[in-house]
Amino acid sequence: MIKCVIIDDEPLARSIVKEYLQEHTDIEVMQECSDGFEGVKAIMQHKPDIIFLDIQMPKITGFEMLELVDSPVSVIFTTAFDEYAIKAFEAHAIDYLLKPFSKERFNKALKKWKEQHAGAETKPDTNALLENTHKQPEEQNRVVVKNGNNIKIIPVNDIHYIEAYDDYVKIFTKDGYSLKKKTMSYFEQSLNADQFVRVHRSYIVQVQQITKIEMLEKDSHIALLKTGVKIPLSKTGYAKLKTVLGL
Amino acid sequence: MLVFHQLGFDWQVAFADSLVNNALLAAACYGVGAMLRWYTPDRKTGYKVMGSLLGLAFICAKLTNIILFSFLNKEVNYVSVFDKSFLIRFGIALLVITWTAAVRWIFNAANQQKENEARKADAENLVREAELTGLRQQLQPHFLFNSLNSISALAGSKPEEARKMIQQLSDFLRGTLKKDDNQMLTLEEELNHLQLYLDIEKVRFGHRLSTDIDTSEESLHMLIPPLLLQPIVENAIKFGLYDTIGNVTIQITSKIENNHLLVTISNPFDAETSQPVQGTGFGLKSVQRRLYLLFFRNDLVKTEIHQNLYTTTVIIPQKI
Repeated sequence: MIKCVIIDDEPLARSIVKEYLQEHTDIEVMQECSDGFEGVKAIMQHKPDIIFLDIQMPKITGFEMLELVDSPVSVIFTTAFDEYAIKAFEAHAIDYLLKPFSKERFNKALKKWKEQHAGAETKPDTNALLENTHKQPEEQNRVVVKNGNNIKIIPVNDIHYIEAYDDYVKIFTKDGYSLKKKTMSYFEQSLNADQFVRVHRSYIVQVQQITKIEMLEKDSHIALLKTGVKIPLSKTGYAKLKTVLGL
Repeated sequence: MLVFHQLGFDWQVAFADSLVNNALLAAACYGVGAMLRWYTPDRKTGYKVMGSLLGLAFICAKLTNIILFSFLNKEVNYVSVFDKSFLIRFGIALLVITWTAAVRWIFNAANQQKENEARKADAENLVREAELTGLRQQLQPHFLFNSLNSISALAGSKPEEARKMIQQLSDFLRGTLKKDDNQMLTLEEELNHLQLYLDIEKVRFGHRLSTDIDTSEESLHMLIPPLLLQPIVENAIKFGLYDTIGNVTIQITSKIENNHLLVTISNPFDAETSQPVQGTGFGLKSVQRRLYLLFFRNDLVKTEIHQNLYTTTVIIPQKI
């Protein structure tokens, strides 16, 4: 049995997917979700093969939800959004269906999935998919993270600094830090360059958080944050910081 | 003529002289006027016109000379006086012709400026109209496609409801298309149209969305530019539904204050996670711009945040 989850905030939009699925007796709908939070939980619980995912949903978008999903899953987007990202997705999402879509178009998407999964048990790489979305990184104004079972939305203004941590980054706010599986360069590109500066290979700092820059010895500086934390500055990082601060 | 008479010529000679002279001058003036009527010189061609004026004056004087001589050549006395008067005649002719040209030119310039101003005003009006139309017809494609998707879903399971929704959507779209900005509507008409929109959204979002409309009886007859409330309600729904998880009530109230119609629209939202960039979104800005273009006032849209309620107030001045 192929397991699937439908995630869409409009009941009628979910019902048409269900209706189209009726003739596919080999596919079972494990759960219907009306927002991304439910979606994450359902994916963890049911480990579906396919999810049908809307983009514009309450609180967190379909993209943001995908960032929180650890296990790889095939995604078929169902959306009225035909803007920017769609083209980029074409390569990695199984398919995207523009609402309203016909049964034929829907079946074609499923056929695509089946063809991809006929031979090798290759799971799609959700990370590659997401990296691809951010090819032209849109400026972010919030970051969605997951601590255990809690999903948190952090407005970027609340971020003190970001520290590299193996495959993850630690995002520090006044409430401590949250982990996120993203690269430093991803944040460097998607955060406002006048507000966040990559001051070191392992650090990105919000400029407003800096109270003081101290010289330890020649060519070696640290930034002192309002919270008392000291962040090392690399040579190029120090130069970049000076430009942003207009020194 | 009198001058000639007093110089000792008889009336006949004096009369002929002045007749020919003045007739030629009049013809020249008429010619200059006619020319300048169709052709206004700019700086580069100005000297050509000056040249032709000079030439014309000269020809005038000379022609007078030739014609009169052919008729009155017996009057020896006259001939000698005439020779002496040639320069004066030329001077007078030049003066009169130049003056005519100048008057004509000034008249033309004034006319042209008037035309330019009229054209400019026309253009400005057109731009304003276009802008207003543009601001009004920001029908969200998102709304349209999602509604069509809902209809598609209903068509399978509940065809009657699908048909009803098609009706609502059509009525709504028709209302959006035919509205003209110069025609103010009563609040009642505007709310009726808005209701169509709200009904469609309610089908889309099911039980999550409800509305609470509370208007005073007298305010229903007040006037409002068509489709003004639409983008605000759209905003309210968007924020209400996408910023919170639970059920959402959109409140719309209206009242009259100092001969101004006040309409407030409020929606719940989450101050912590709401994306600030969207907050002062295009919707509200377009409403503000529209009211400015209509009333030349910038203080007619107000927003406030009270705990978890986002309230937008629009003020519409009423003509007495």
